[in-house]
Amino acid sequence: MGSFSLNYLLRRLLVFFLTVWVAATLIFIIPRLAPGDPIQAMIARMTQFEGYVENADLIIEAWRKRFGLDDPIYVQYLRFLGNTLRLDLGYSMANFPATVYELVGRALPWTIGLVGIATFIFFTVGNLCGALLAWYRTPKWLKVMIPMSMTFTSVPPALFSLLLVYIFGFLIKINEKPLFPQVGAYGRGMTPEFTLEFFGSILYHGFLPAMSIVLVTFGFWALGMRGMMVTIEGEDYMILAQAKGLKPFYVLYRYMIRNAILPQMTALAVSIGTLINGSVLVEIMFVYNGMGSLIYSGIANQDFGLIQGTSFILIVTSALAVLIIDLTYPLIDPRISLEGR
Amino acid sequence: MAEHQDSGASVNLAGTSSAGMPPPVAGGTKKAGLLNRFDNPWMNWKFLSGAGIIGFIFFLIFLGNQFWDTELALAGASPLNMPPVGFTNWRNQEGIPEHPLGTENSGRDMLALLIVGTPRTIGVGAIAASVGMGVGIILGFLAGFVGGWADDVIRLATDVTITIPSLLVLIVIQAVLPRIDLVTMALLISMFAWATPTRYIRAQVLSMRESGYVQMARLSGVPTRDIMYREIMPNLLPYLAASYIGNMTGAILSAVGLELLGFGPQRIPSLGVTIFWSIEAAALLRNMWWWWGIPTVILAVVFIALLLINLGLDEIANPRLRKAN
Repeated sequence: MGSFSLNYLLRRLLVFFLTVWVAATLIFIIPRLAPGDPIQAMIARMTQFEGYVENADLIIEAWRKRFGLDDPIYVQYLRFLGNTLRLDLGYSMANFPATVYELVGRALPWTIGLVGIATFIFFTVGNLCGALLAWYRTPKWLKVMIPMSMTFTSVPPALFSLLLVYIFGFLIKINEKPLFPQVGAYGRGMTPEFTLEFFGSILYHGFLPAMSIVLVTFGFWALGMRGMMVTIEGEDYMILAQAKGLKPFYVLYRYMIRNAILPQMTALAVSIGTLINGSVLVEIMFVYNGMGSLIYSGIANQDFGLIQGTSFILIVTSALAVLIIDLTYPLIDPRISLEGR
Repeated sequence: MAEHQDSGASVNLAGTSSAGMPPPVAGGTKKAGLLNRFDNPWMNWKFLSGAGIIGFIFFLIFLGNQFWDTELALAGASPLNMPPVGFTNWRNQEGIPEHPLGTENSGRDMLALLIVGTPRTIGVGAIAASVGMGVGIILGFLAGFVGGWADDVIRLATDVTITIPSLLVLIVIQAVLPRIDLVTMALLISMFAWATPTRYIRAQVLSMRESGYVQMARLSGVPTRDIMYREIMPNLLPYLAASYIGNMTGAILSAVGLELLGFGPQRIPSLGVTIFWSIEAAALLRNMWWWWGIPTVILAVVFIALLLINLGLDEIANPRLRKAN
């Protein structure tokens, strides 16, 4: 444990705020690159899609007022940034009186829960497997079993979820009922409440989505960990540790894993973006009521405000996750605290 | 963060320099030559089997283009919902040899779809990865070799780009421009495909910059550009190749992701679009496994093959990983 250098902290914060700013700016610019008035075009697309748009006049008026489309572009941009900072993301066109903020607020916890638990599992299991692959005392059968379980590494989670749904939600049946539910985050007809039954239902429904992320991801971490462990096994302090007669498990944990885990943490921060990409698609495959499904309904309903808002919040969430990992990193790495002095 | 990557890279470098000398052969009687099967790093089973699988897939595509009517991939070219040969569908129709892998619900022949769709999917990845790699090599060398403010700016841009989940920005773009061709899609994806190679190459260049032969070249008055592209680049080739393959995997992943959301070419679908339509039509519940299953398995095989190539190249570039096998 130790303090970390001010430089490090400032740089991490700079990256975080730059990311949020770039995301907001992209989301401001992109619809304006399309030809024509963005609001009119949006309504036109919706009309084309659904034939009739309820409250179209109200929507146009609300959006026109909100965007102030007659103002010069830089005024629009600054106002947009201001609104975004206050998390005022405008209205969802498809569910008009509902704001994007409300919808996102309902969906985000599900996504964070799913991705968080899946990440915890694959990071732990993956690193443990990787460490065991490289450790000289690991039993032979384990060294054969682990690589075999990594066959599906690098298959996209969304495609893997199709296979899982087919096998466990369709083919395997017990008493005419599939082993696991195909869709949803909790049982149909249940209302979210703090009961054991509801909690069980969440776990039951979340199992397949989480597994489709974990099973294709942990191999990547095992491989990375194995590479680090191999490098560390060649270090002089390993010979010293063995010469001192330290217990093998103590050497494995204190000397090898603790050193090898550091680059893995860095790699985790780098891979958060890919992870969110994958889980958005997995949620869509399972109709899991998180951010992915929200984006998908936005696409299906041509609800551009919803797509923008959801994407923006997810980008901010992943930037925040990266920031948190980067800030915990110095706490587990004793070398950085020395650097700071 | 970057500091640690650098230290990791220098470890790799130490490994590379020891690779220059062939490891002592037991007994000292065998000749250790480049073409000797037993210590040639390119005789790596992971690399060879991965490359073999990809080569085999392309061979099948070539055969398919020669001997199968790819026009059958268009909608309405065949009877609907036929199962593969040897299976029956829910209407108890038997598979017919005219459509050995069955058909889907708008009358596209699955075999023709695969022949047409597979190279398109891999192609998107190749285009996006090539553009990303090109930018990555230029920026990575600039940051690692020139340093200074260029390094600061490039590092910040890389960190920000890697943090943003690219799929989300691509979705926002595609929501405005729903129908685009595959090349445009590949170029859009490459907007995010440069960051990882840039970071990777920068770390490698940083560590190579201090190595003996580069110092020597510098003392001899070799121009900076020549040092970068004639001295350092050849030594980086295995790393670059591994990075390219990793990049291609990521690009195909993004493309398939967008296609699964319904964006992408509609007239002649690629594999991801085919899977999207099968999900839309509830192929899972109708037990039309051949519709979603075959493209999924082919994509999975492509991804596994690319991973094998990537791992193989890693071992070729880094002898420490090799030694542990």
